[in-house]
Amino acid sequence: MEILGQIAALLERGEDQEVRSLTQSAMDQSLPALKILEEGLLAGMQVVGDRFRAHDIFLPEVLLAARAMSAGVEVLKPHLGKTDLHSRGKVVIGTVQGDLHDIGKNLVGIMLSGAGFEVIDLGKNVSAEEFVDTARESGADVIGMSALLTTTMPAMKQVISLLRERGLDSSVRTMVGGAPVTREYASEMGADGYGFDAANAVECVRELVG
Amino acid sequence: MRRVVGILPASIVPSEEAVLGAMGVPPGSEQGERVDGLVADALDELRRAACPRGVVTNVTTDEFARIYEGESDNDTPSPLAEIFPRAEELVLFAATLGAPLSERIAALFADGSLALATMLDAAASEAAELAGVHLDGLVLEGARLGGQANQFTRALRYSPGYCGWNLTGQRALFAALGPEEIGVHLTDNCLMEPLKSISGVIVLGPREIHEFTDDYSFCSACPTHDCRRRIKELTQTRP
Ligand code: B1M
Repeated sequence: MEILGQIAALLERGEDQEVRSLTQSAMDQSLPALKILEEGLLAGMQVVGDRFRAHDIFLPEVLLAARAMSAGVEVLKPHLGKTDLHSRGKVVIGTVQGDLHDIGKNLVGIMLSGAGFEVIDLGKNVSAEEFVDTARESGADVIGMSALLTTTMPAMKQVISLLRERGLDSSVRTMVGGAPVTREYASEMGADGYGFDAANAVECVRELVG
Repeated sequence: MRRVVGILPASIVPSEEAVLGAMGVPPGSEQGERVDGLVADALDELRRAACPRGVVTNVTTDEFARIYEGESDNDTPSPLAEIFPRAEELVLFAATLGAPLSERIAALFADGSLALATMLDAAASEAAELAGVHLDGLVLEGARLGGQANQFTRALRYSPGYCGWNLTGQRALFAALGPEEIGVHLTDNCLMEPLKSISGVIVLGPREIHEFTDDYSFCSACPTHDCRRRIKELTQTRP
């Protein structure tokens, strides 16, 4: 479908206004919203993600593409079913208790949404209870925790322990990330996954949700 | 001597290349008009919202030895432990860009302006470093005017959380410096609020004292190895 390819290409270039109006045109041509989402917007975002991982483009372009994606999604939203938009899985993310750094976590959220996951962002300074309760109530597949200081990293372990205590560790997987977090530290604390950057976090969630 | 320093917002505005560098864009790579526009918007936001301030105070070598010892959890050996006893002067510092900037970044995120918010965050991170550079210059100039430094003296910052100086060292540093006066507060986890703040010690001395190789036990886990650039810059600056 020509128009869907055009939407994807415009999205890749971060042209948000054009993506919005072409998405509207596609709707006016009676194309199903889900098809526009998957074959236009998400297809474009997939290319952006792949090029980012290959260091062919850099973060600013990813952000512009994400902005264009939101512009298109806004047009589609009223016409999509509740599960259409985020059919790939549900992730609860947040910065752990005591930590207020959220830029890395926000980028992870942007990339996950762009890849079609539903993201419940609890913000920063999130307690273990809040992570676990939200994951249970929302039926999330993954809890993603971010920390930017060595002094706040131990809070990640508390979330993992609480999940175990409540017997939820087999249904809710955990992913950790942030500048001082290493793969070794992640496995030592019992996390199911480790994301070293936002693109890698998407890969990690894909693996965790199978 | 302790003093609070107002810093002109214009003196902490980073270059477009530096902002893009903070976002992982390699130097010299073409980003296109849209990205350039985004950086320009972020820098405008930064000029409007930043309220940069600093506080500095001189300490003796013995005083600094106690501050550095902190909670006795530094890595040993460490570069700073070897450098500070040889310093001509030691000046504790903290600098911040102020709370309104962090609030502006949060507000942009909240209203969905993710691209601008992220760009502004990166610009602010660079600006916080530039506030530190500004303090280095000020302290060095003051020392030269006061006759405590000569043309060969260099000033370089070291911070808790880097190069073996444990982050918990922030507590002793804060107790000695009192950055609360410029609106910087320390949380129980040694995090400074507002977020775009830095702290540490400015070490004055001949450039040789700052030279070290990055083969300490903690260097392999360091994500940046920024010490290489900092030392190189010192060597390149003329007396
Ligand atoms: C859920 O799953 C996942 C998966 C992946 C996940 C994830 C979750 N969360 C993150 N990721 C990953 O994906 C994201 C996107 O790619 C990434 O997220 P990040 O948040 O890491 O990345 C951001 C998008 C961009 N990155 C950043 O913003 C941080 C970059 C580095 C260089 C850095 C910067 C820029 C700054 N800092 Co500083 N800073 C460092 C950082 C070293 C480094 N190279 O990472 C770090 C974090 N800082 C450190 C320190 C010590 C400090 N800093 C300080 C100050 C600053 C600046 C203000 C100059 C500036 C901005 C800080 C800010 N965040 O707003 C001080 C503290 C500030 C405070 N408020 O308390 C100060 C304490 C220094 C001082 N005494 O002044 C170190 C912490 C070490 C520790 N012991 O904990 C540090 C690791 C540097 C180091 N030692 O090498 C990945 O980590």
